[in-house]
Amino acid sequence: MATWLSRFLISAALLGMLSACSTGPARAPATLYDQLGGEQGIAALTDAALDHYAADPRVAPAFAHADIGRFRRMFAQYLCQVADGPCHYTGDSMADVHRGMNVSETQFNAVVEGLTASMTSLHISVRVQNRLLRRLAPERGDVIYK
Amino acid sequence: MSGARSVTRSQAQHVRLPRFRQLPYWLLALCVMLPIAQVAHAGDGRLLATGGATQVEGSAGGGLVPWAVLAGYGTRDEFGGTAYYTQLQLPDYRLDSYGAAFTIDNRVEFSVARDRFDLGTLGKAIGMPGAALRQDILGVKWRLAGDLVYGDLPQISIGAQQKHDLDFTIPQLAGARHASGTDVYIAATRLVLGGAGGYDLLWNVTLRSSNANQFGLLGFGGDRGDRHWLAEGSLAMLFNPNWAVGLEYRQKPDNLSFAREDHAADGFLAWFPNKRLALVAAYVDLGSIAGLDRQRGWYLSLQGSL
Repeated sequence: MATWLSRFLISAALLGMLSACSTGPARAPATLYDQLGGEQGIAALTDAALDHYAADPRVAPAFAHADIGRFRRMFAQYLCQVADGPCHYTGDSMADVHRGMNVSETQFNAVVEGLTASMTSLHISVRVQNRLLRRLAPERGDVIYK
Repeated sequence: MSGARSVTRSQAQHVRLPRFRQLPYWLLALCVMLPIAQVAHAGDGRLLATGGATQVEGSAGGGLVPWAVLAGYGTRDEFGGTAYYTQLQLPDYRLDSYGAAFTIDNRVEFSVARDRFDLGTLGKAIGMPGAALRQDILGVKWRLAGDLVYGDLPQISIGAQQKHDLDFTIPQLAGARHASGTDVYIAATRLVLGGAGGYDLLWNVTLRSSNANQFGLLGFGGDRGDRHWLAEGSLAMLFNPNWAVGLEYRQKPDNLSFAREDHAADGFLAWFPNKRLALVAAYVDLGSIAGLDRQRGWYLSLQGSL
């Protein structure tokens, strides 16, 4: 019946194999930290994200009384640790940080969108972006509506 | 005997009709609710593309399959809504589908849609050039549990699509038993972050109970049977937040001995330039319809969101 369907599936499979080859067989897997550009990359990402949040009316009010200097350091440190970089996050747990803030689903997603847009503006590939988002997503339960 | 049965049948239709006079009220309700949503809390708090597109019966989903996602971009604190227009050009027929959906608190979705199936070649063959089969569909979908992106559970929803044929003469001649019917379904949908070689993967499984012939356009039930459990599925990959490519498959009943009915499948490309607009292009295979085989063609769908 659907020969075009099987053709499509075969092409998709071939494409998949091709892209698997192009990443090279022998290279050691890079850490996410490296893929994000190491210390400098994460500093640039932190700056870009904070610029985004400051300009986003859904997010900015949450930072009205925050110590931005400390937030910047903690945010970079947290990203670095999550990305398997050589850092140790010294801030409070996600649950403690967001307690009493009543962060909404909308605000949480706005933070995700700001981070994604920042990574895109820094030319970080979609696959690397997804790798980071995948590690941050499980924290959502500790962040929203607390 | 058969005369008595047809009288009973037409009486049954007569009884059913008034329910569908509700349609204008649904439309009115939507017209009133949409501006309210705009003013109040029409939200776009959910992530891009997480409202999906609109399938041919007006529910949020792919092109053929309703997904567990609810229309629009509203979160648990917000309203959301969509309107859509779809056209599917087949060798011998053409399907036009349009409607609107409204979602409250990302919990319940109400939808209204009309399908118009131009009989094309068949219309000429039976001496009714330009003839079309139309149906109205009222849909409701309830999110039971889970979330498309976050947490441990996929998003799981149950839904119903109440369908009514406006042109039942041809379906009745073809052997359809009823002019209206209700599909019920349960759907599970999940976006797996980085799940397809680093790209996001979306999967959906839908189980539907239906007696609708050709989506309901050829009536409901027939001489070969009535209600069946049917499996539907979708698989998609997102190149980035704006672009998705995927496949869908949908079982259909085969209740009419006058003509075979096949399962449906499609391959699609979807573009979400922003949270206001979505465009889907697909190549759809509906198999044999009313005796005319190999009904495959291009599908284009435009969706606007609040």
